[in-house]
Order: sequence, then structure tokens, then C-alpha cells
Amino acid sequence: MSALLEVSGVSVTFDGFRAINNLSFNIGIGELRAVIGPNGAGKTTFMDIVTGKTRPDTGTVTFGERSVSLLSLSEAQIARAGVGRKFQRPTVFEDQSVTENLLMALKANRSPWRVLFWKPKVEDMARVQALAAQVGLADQLARKSGELSHGQKQWLEIGMLLAQEPRLLLVDEPAAGMTLAEREQTTAMLVDLAKTRAVVVVEHDMEFVRRLNCKVTVLHEGSVLAEGSLDHVTANPQVIDVYLGRG
Amino acid sequence: MTLLLRTLLVVLLLLPGLARAEGEAAALIEANRALIEKPSRQTIGPFIAELAASGDPMAAQILQAWEGKRLGLRKADGALFILAAEGEGFVLTDLTGKAAGTAAKADITELKPNAGVRGLIATALVQFTLSGPDMAARKAALDSIARDPSADHLGPLRGSIAGEDDAALLAQKQRLERLLTLQFDVDSAARVAAIQGFGTDLGLDVRGALNPLVATKRQALAGELPEGANLARELTIGRDLSRDEAYDLLVGAGLAPARLTLADQRAALAANLKDGAVAGVALAELATQGARDQAYDALEKAGLVPAAATEAEVDAAIKAHRFVDVYAEADPAVTAAAQAALGGIGTKVGAMQAADLALDAISLASIYFLAAIGLAITFGVMRVINMAHGEFIMMGAYTGYVVQLFVPNYTLSILIALPLAFAVTFAAGVAMERLIIRHLYKRPLETLLATFGVSIALQQLAKNIFGTQARPLTAPAWLDGAWVLNDVVSISYIRIAIFVLAMVFLGFFLWLMKRTRLGLQVRAVTQNPGMAASMGINPDRINMLTFGIGSGIAGIAGVAIGLFAKVTSELGNDYIVQSFMTVVVGGVGNIWGTLAGATLIGGLQKVIEWLNPSNTLAAQTYMILFIILFIQFRPRGIIALKGRAAGD
Amino acid sequence: MMPKTYLAQNRSVLIFIACLALFTLAITLMSEAYGAPLISTSFVKTLGKTLCLCLVALAMDLIWGYAGILSLGHMAFFALGGYMAGMWLMYARTEEIVVQALAQSPLPATAEEITQGIATQIFGVVGSSDFPLIWSFAHSFPLQMAMAVLVPGLLALVFGWLAFRSRVTGVYLSILTQAMTLALSLYLFQNDSGLRGNNGLSGLQNIPGLGDVGQDKLSIWFFWASALALGLGYIALSFVVSGKFGSVIRAIRDDEQRVRFLGYSVEGYKLFLFTLTAIIAALAGVLYYPQAGIINPAELAPIASIYLAVWVAIGGRGRLYGAVIGAAFVSLLSSWFTGGRAPSIPLGFYTVNWVDWWLVLLGGAFVAVTLFAPKGFGGLFDRFSGRRSPDRKGAALGPDDGSLMEKEAEA
Repeated sequence: MSALLEVSGVSVTFDGFRAINNLSFNIGIGELRAVIGPNGAGKTTFMDIVTGKTRPDTGTVTFGERSVSLLSLSEAQIARAGVGRKFQRPTVFEDQSVTENLLMALKANRSPWRVLFWKPKVEDMARVQALAAQVGLADQLARKSGELSHGQKQWLEIGMLLAQEPRLLLVDEPAAGMTLAEREQTTAMLVDLAKTRAVVVVEHDMEFVRRLNCKVTVLHEGSVLAEGSLDHVTANPQVIDVYLGRG
Repeated sequence: MTLLLRTLLVVLLLLPGLARAEGEAAALIEANRALIEKPSRQTIGPFIAELAASGDPMAAQILQAWEGKRLGLRKADGALFILAAEGEGFVLTDLTGKAAGTAAKADITELKPNAGVRGLIATALVQFTLSGPDMAARKAALDSIARDPSADHLGPLRGSIAGEDDAALLAQKQRLERLLTLQFDVDSAARVAAIQGFGTDLGLDVRGALNPLVATKRQALAGELPEGANLARELTIGRDLSRDEAYDLLVGAGLAPARLTLADQRAALAANLKDGAVAGVALAELATQGARDQAYDALEKAGLVPAAATEAEVDAAIKAHRFVDVYAEADPAVTAAAQAALGGIGTKVGAMQAADLALDAISLASIYFLAAIGLAITFGVMRVINMAHGEFIMMGAYTGYVVQLFVPNYTLSILIALPLAFAVTFAAGVAMERLIIRHLYKRPLETLLATFGVSIALQQLAKNIFGTQARPLTAPAWLDGAWVLNDVVSISYIRIAIFVLAMVFLGFFLWLMKRTRLGLQVRAVTQNPGMAASMGINPDRINMLTFGIGSGIAGIAGVAIGLFAKVTSELGNDYIVQSFMTVVVGGVGNIWGTLAGATLIGGLQKVIEWLNPSNTLAAQTYMILFIILFIQFRPRGIIALKGRAAGD
Repeated sequence: MMPKTYLAQNRSVLIFIACLALFTLAITLMSEAYGAPLISTSFVKTLGKTLCLCLVALAMDLIWGYAGILSLGHMAFFALGGYMAGMWLMYARTEEIVVQALAQSPLPATAEEITQGIATQIFGVVGSSDFPLIWSFAHSFPLQMAMAVLVPGLLALVFGWLAFRSRVTGVYLSILTQAMTLALSLYLFQNDSGLRGNNGLSGLQNIPGLGDVGQDKLSIWFFWASALALGLGYIALSFVVSGKFGSVIRAIRDDEQRVRFLGYSVEGYKLFLFTLTAIIAALAGVLYYPQAGIINPAELAPIASIYLAVWVAIGGRGRLYGAVIGAAFVSLLSSWFTGGRAPSIPLGFYTVNWVDWWLVLLGGAFVAVTLFAPKGFGGLFDRFSGRRSPDRKGAALGPDDGSLMEKEAEA
């Protein structure tokens, strides 16, 4: 399995604080991966680096078969290259309807001139319908997304990510603030997603990670502490140390 | 009689040297009657010198009278008197200073020396004044010579130096003597020595004396340099002067005919207009320059118009002549020494000007800092954008003005105005925070607009109350004047006071934010209001107080700014953009950044003004352009908060 | 779920165009030139100018109301467009005068003499008699009109590129645009700016070649042109804000970082909008200043751009008709009050003279609108059309600090 995303030797420092320290991380095409770690382990910074929001001081980040370096691309270019990101808090455009949100995310030419004269075709509307159905919002299309419940917004956001058709999906704590039923549905959705693309789930809820049933990377103080199955890493004494404190 | 005796006594006591000469002047004149009655420039010199040297206090009076054509001969006995016209006759004073009755006009022959003699007398008088007993008169005479120096003054001035007993006046005389020497002495070596004696003296008088020595005149020469001309440099066409300038010089010197101007050509053509054509060229065709030239050439050939220099002739004429800059001063040794001295002075003046510029920049920076420090609190710390900040500055200035209406003592009124301005703008700030800004937290653009509304309204209110004309805010007398280091470097006391005030506020700000409970609470509330609230801090109260303090400081800044700027309703307008720029360029949320921003903006503005002194508008334009570009490279300002704390 | 056709979806556009056409017809029929002389020529000019202001307000609404970029520089583009148009008007008009004057002389004038004469006429007031470089195209109507679009457009492009590239947003951008405006106006105040310093350009109401046509007719012609421009601008902008493009720019307003992660180049969109609106503003200026007759650097003082924001805010942001209503209402009211036509209010101890107090009223009204009616006049229309809005129990709508509160999002 060749690597889709390859992060190697990345370090980043904020005001003398080393948030990411010589981090190396690979994920293959169509792989589901959970990244766990205590607060301040650098999970969010890691996602910021991959999506272009933060520039690392050293190291390389390459993506895809042709190993394109992501470090020279802007956020929008990285997104167009096929990296989707879901934020911790649901970030949908609350002032706009579900349809509008999904149409905006739909894979299409993103240049202002083309967007200005873009008209939704029948197949685009059908795709929006299908996506909405996939994330359980089929009957909410006309509503403003600000009216949706917290869980529905999370799903809408996942639906928007799907509409982007990314090859790599970065998901930040998808289960935060969800009811148990919503969590289960979310888990199913993520597992389903990982069939067609690579998914990295950042989470520190062990139960949720266990349900994902995938390879786990443990981050600590900005670098990889352990990697392997959940049972493998939870058996690691260092991981226990980090999670439970050094007695 | 008693009075006269007393006066004499005083004179005797004060001037024992002169007292012995009493009556000597009268005796001298008596001995040289012939010379006085028929003076000539050639013969009178030694006599005047002798009279001047006599030491008789009357000599000056006699000379003055003589120069002023107020010396007369009584026809009856041939005695000389000083005359004072009164009615139809004269009041007479004899040559020892005693009153001698009156005389009718017809009884007196007035002595009227010619201009040459009068000049000699005047020069002698200068020495009299310069050596006279009255210090104020000596000083006045020196000043008048310094204002309008001439070669004639050199002798008397030199003569008066030996007898000068006042140290300050002596120094002044010696300096003036050297200035006169370098300009008027006949001895080249003495002039050079005098020039070199000044070294790199920065005095304006030295530069004023040296500059005419190196003044040059541009000349066109047909052949060799005239005898005795002091050549400054040979000019090359194209590099030192343009072809047109060179030809104009030739025309001016009468060495070449004037070129044909377009207006002359037009007039000549119009004058020769016959039957709808000029020299065979149809009138309608004369709408191009080429056709006009052609027509004029034809007229020229026909001899109807004067020949105009063609381009080739112009070139030939220029080639046939030399163009030079010639010193007005004939002595090459002097011009060389003056050039060298001016060069040295120039370097030193440059250094001093740089120092002066730096002082100016610091003072402008402290003004910007003072204007911006309130913003550093409201915008920098609280992130509330207050477009009415400038109007708070204006309110402070008007508070000062109103206080001065009631308290005439300027020192006292400023002392009252400072805290009062703080109180007024503090109250205004608190009111604005409670009524407007509180409802708009988290909506910065709306805050910007609402405070703009306040700004518009406040400006117009100020106009309605105080009128549109500028109101005075007068600084106390002890702030008048300037601290003068030399002729180049000086700084006014007001600017020093503003600098001190700015530093005091910097200290106050640091103390407030770092050392007080309020500062701690402010920092807590701005970082995390929810958390602060749960720690028992009332964010509403803290925000209100912080905003009030920021506004209050703006009020105090207003008093300070009002002291040197004119107090108008638009006072705030002049500072608001600069203030925001100061905070943004420096780095939001950091007082040192604001200081750095003020220094950068103040310094840069002064440098741009120095590069282009005639145009302060351009300076501001380029300043703003620079800031826009600067933000490209350091979007977060000079001193930036880094990392995640800065937020995105 | 297929979206309806463009016009069917935007009935408000049809209503607006119909109202504008009716208004234009009514004014024409009441004008001195083409109907019962019920309204004066100067009032027709005021109305024509107001239509131009409505057009620039539309541009402001697009950039601020829709994309959330509070530009305090659009009146600078407006005035710049006016300057460019004014250069041609002044050149061509002076040329007519100079040619006429030179025709008196015995010889026919050369081209150089004419140019020299024009330069002396125009720049004598600032002590110069040469044409600055920026007047290179002033002799030609099409070239100068191209300049009227290109100069403001390029300025907006360069400034916007610099500002957006370094991700200056929010109030920082507002202050930066204000600084740009200030710099431009200070520059134009200089005598050697090439645009006659604080004298500005004058006599612009005299249209070259139309010397025989009276001002009464010219004013109506310009009124028609302004109405046409406003109508076309309204249709164009309502097309821009509808559909996906409108969706994207509103999304940028609410959370630009999220839009970036959707793959849209936020900077590109902002730059596109900034430049587009600058050009619209410039075109409005081209039509405005021949009606005003004079332009000087005071026209692009920062305060002018702030008034523009005031109009849009009072009319209602994020609605095109709101911007038009706000601009028309406030600017007409303003000229009524400041023109001394509003009756003074005697209070016994003090007489409220509206020339002095209008700005106080406007400032206060502006604060009140921002605080109590953030949707402005547009909010009234919402009541009738019964727009639905999400009930968020007062919580912030968007994920960002600067995003809308619930009250505003009801649109």
C-alpha cells in the first residue's frame, strides 16, 4: 500500500514552544486512521500543517502518487488537491440553506469567473439530493443550516466534505457533543467513508476510537509515541503514562 | 550751574582719562579753522583722526553736528557753534558744550561738508561710538555693523578693540573684526587667516560672510579669460548647462543674435500677409510649424524679416565660445580658503542637521505616541475600535480652552485642565461604552460604524458650540522658547514637555497593566471574559473602566496637542488615521509596539519631509503608502504576538 | 428541486426596474425640457446625481453587505472615475474655447499652439503651462473613458492584491482602505499632482460639442443615463449575488477560513469583488461629476466613503434595494437639510438651525440604526415578505467572532 500522505521530520515552534517535534506520519490510500493524544499533544497543529494553515519550520509534507509538496500550496490549493478537513465545532454556513451549503462544496471549478456563470445542472441537483440522503438530511434541504441541530450540522459538514470528493479526509473530534445515537451513526458514516478514501480521525474518546476499529497513532508532545492497533498502543506503558499521568 | 558741575563730577569720576582732554576738541578746531571751513576729502583725514583721538567727550558731538550739517559760523565773530534749529533762528551751543544763546538765521554761516568728507566723519564717529562710554551704544553700533558690514568699518572697529574693557563686547568685537577682515581686508593673507581662524564655526554670520566670497557668475567668453578673473570652473555643454541655456547666455552677453521665438515668428508672418498668402505659402497651409518655418525662410531670403539664428548657427556660436563660472571675488587664495571652510562647515552642519532631524522625529513620535496611547488601550488591549478617539482628543483640547477662559493664569489653568480633561473624556468614554459599545462587542465593523456616527456628531457639536475658527490654548510662559544648542540644533520646550508627558504615560500604562489589580483584571477579561467572570471579575465593569481610562488619556493628550496645534473641531481628524496606523504598525496589544510604531512613523515622516521639505502633503502621502507596504511584510506589526495566541 | 429561472427567482429585480422606469418617466414628464415644468433643472441634476450615488451604494453593498469587506475607499474610486471623465470634459471644452480664440488671429493655429493654449488655460491656475503625463489621453474620448475604468480598476487591483495577499481583514482592512483614501486625497491636494491641486477640475457641466444644448435638456439626458446605469448595475449585481457566486461571497463574509478549506481562493474572490465594485464606483463617478460640474480633492476625503457606508447601513446591508433606498433617502435628506430648506425649530432659548444640526442628527441616527435596526430600511420589507429566520435563542450564528448575530441573519 503506497502512502497517500507522507509527513516526515516536521517541526513547528510557537514563541519558543515546540508544538510539533520531528513528527513523521504516513497514511495509505483508503486507510482509516485514528490519531489520539492528550491535550497539547499537537493533534490540531498537525492538521493545521497538513491543510496549509500553519507552515512548519522544518520537514516535508507530500501528497498523492506524484508526491506533490503541500508546503508550497495555499489552503485553497491543498483543498482542491484533495484534502478535506472537518473542524471540531461544526462549521457550516448557517445563513444559507442546506442546498446552498452542499452546492458550494460540490466538486467543480472554483475560479471566481467560472463560479459566477455556473448553473446547477440536473445531475448536480441529483448529487446534492444523494449526498443529503447519505448524511440523513434529505428532508432538510430547503432549511437554513443555522436551524439544524448540532448533530445535523456535523453531518451536513461531513456531507459537504463528501461533495468535495477529497482523497484524504481529516476529521477533528467528530463525536464531541453528540448524543449516543448520533455517535453511532457518525461512526458508521466514517467507516463507510474510509472505504473510498483515506480518513484521519483525531479523537481522544477511546470508546469512539475502539468502535472505529482501525490503526491508531498516539501523539505526545508533538511527536509519535506509539502506532498500531488500539489494543497494542493501550498496552504500551509509555502511553499509559501519558494518559494516566506519571503516578 | 550746579547741575552742570555735578554732571562734570560724574564724568570726572567715571572717565578720569577723558576728563583731562576737556576742551581739547575746541582747541584743536580752533587750530584748524581753515580746514573746517573749506574741508576736502584729501586733506581732512588726519584732522578728523586727531579730533577723534583727542579723548574729549565733546569731540563726538562736534563730529555728529558736522556730519549732520549742524555746525555753523557766527558771522559776527567767526566763532563755531553747534546749531539746533528753532523757529526762524538757531539755538547755539559752543564747542565745550556750554549753551551760548541764540542767533538769527542770517547771522550764521552753516558749514556744509561734501559727501566724501561726511563719509570720513561717519567712519570716525563709528569708532567714537565703539569706544564711547555707553555700553548699550557700543553694543548697538556693533550690531548695526554686523547687520550691514562695509570696508569702512574695519579700521574703526580695529581701533576700538584695544580699549574695550567689557569681556563679552570684546569677544563680539574680535569676532566681528575677523568677519570684516575676511571680507574687506586688502591683505590676502590676512583674509585667508581670518577664514581659517573660524574653522568649522556653525554661526550663521560666518556662513553669511563666506557665501558671497564663493558666489559665482556664469559667463560666456569669446576668447581668453579677462585679466584678473578668478575662474571657478569651466562648463561643459550638456553636463553643466543645456544648449539652450548656453545660447541664452550668448544672447544675453550680446555675443549672438536672439533666436526666433514662436510668437515673433507668428507676428512676422502676420505682418507679411499679402493676398491670403505669406511669401507664396497659402494662409490655410500655415497651420503647421513646418509650413511656417518655410514661409519665414522665404521672407528671410527676401530680406523682409530679420535673420534668425538657425540651429546650425546656434551650434557654431556655442562652439566658438567658452562658458565659465567666475567668482565675484577676485582673489583665488581667498576663494579657495572660503570653499574649504564652507566645505568643513557644511559637513558639520550636515551632522548637526541630522541631530536636529532626530530631535524633530522624536518629538513628532512622542506626539503620535501620546495620541495613540489611549487607542493602545481601547483598540490594542480591548480590541474595540473607536473612531471617535480623535474627537476625545478634541474634547480634551477644548476642555483646556474652556478652563483658560475662566482661569487666566496659564500655568494654573494647564494644571487644572489636565485632570479635568481626563475627567471629561473619561466620562464620555464610559458613557459611550455603556450606551453603544457594550451592545456591539464581537461585531467590530458595527462598532467602527457606530463610533463613526458618534465622531460625526461630536465634531458637528463642537462646531456648533465653539464655532469653526481655531481657538487658542496658550502654553505658560515658561514653556515658551526653545532649548538652543547652536544655530542649527534647537528644540522648543513644549516639545520637550510633550516628550516627558509621553514617557510618563508609557510608565503609567506599564504600571497600570502590570502592577495593578485592575490591569490584571483587564488582561483576564480581554483574554477570556467567560473565565474571568467565573473568577468573580465583573467584565462589564472592567470593560467600562478600561475604556474610560483609554478615553481619558486621549483627553490629556488633547490638552498637550492643543498647546502647539490649533484647537478646531477637526483636530481629531488630523490624528485619528495616524493613531490607528501607529497602533497597527507597532503591533496590536503591545505598548512597546505602539512606541516602536510611533517612533517609526514619526521618524519616517520627518525623513520624508527632509527629503522634500517644500511639501508636507507629499510626505503624508508617501508615509501612508509606506505603511500600506509595511503591512505587507509585517501584517502583525513590528512587535507581533506570535503563534496561536495571535489567533487567525 | 431545480432552481427556477433567474428572473422568476428574483422578482425584486423586476419590481425595482419597473419602479425605476416609472420614476424616470415621471421626472421626465415633470422636467423643464420635456414636460410640464414642475421641477427645476437643478433638482433634476440633484436626482440624477442621487441615482449615481445609488449605483455606488450598490457597489458598496456588494463588497460590504454581501462579502463583509467594509471598504472605506470606494468613494475614492468614485471620485477617481470623476476625475478621469473630468479630464476629457475639461480638455475638450477648453480646446473649443482655445480654437475659437485662436481663430481671431491672422494665421491659422498650429496643433502645438492649440495644445499650448489649452495647457495654459487649464494649468495657469497652478502656475504651470505644460501637460503632465497623466493627461496623455485626455484629448481622446474613448481613450480617456478607458482610463476612467482602468485607473480606478488598476488601483483597486494593486491595493487589493497587496491587502488581501497579506490577509488583512476586518477593521484592519477598513483602516487600511481609509489610509489609502487619505493618501490619495492628500496627493491630489498638491498643486504638482497634475490635477490642479485643490482647484480641482471645473466647468464639467459644459459638454463639449453640445454647447448649443441647454442645461435643462442636458440634465435630463444625464438623468436618463444615470437611471440606465443604475438599472443595468442593479441587474448585474443581483446576478452576481444570486447563485453560487453569491453563496460563496456570503460564506466568505461568515467564515473565510472554512471557505478556504472548501477549496475556494478567498483572496481571489475578494480581489475580484474589490476591483469589480471599484470599477462600478468609478463609472458612477463618470456620470456623477458632469452633473455636479466640479470635482476637487475634498470629494475623496475619507469622510465621503464613510457616508457611503452610512447610506448602505441605513438602507439595509445585504439587500441591493436596501442600498439604493438608503443612498437615495439619506443623500436627498442631507441635501434638503444642508441646503437650508428645512425649517428651523425655535426652542425659545435656542433655535435649531438644521444646517448646523443635520450632521449631529445623522450621526445620532447612524448610531441608533446600528444599535436598534441593524437591517435598516430593508428590515421593514422583511416584515411584509415574512422572511423566515433560524431561531438560535440569541446565540452567535457563525463560528467566527465577526460573524452575524441572529438578529442580522434573518435576511
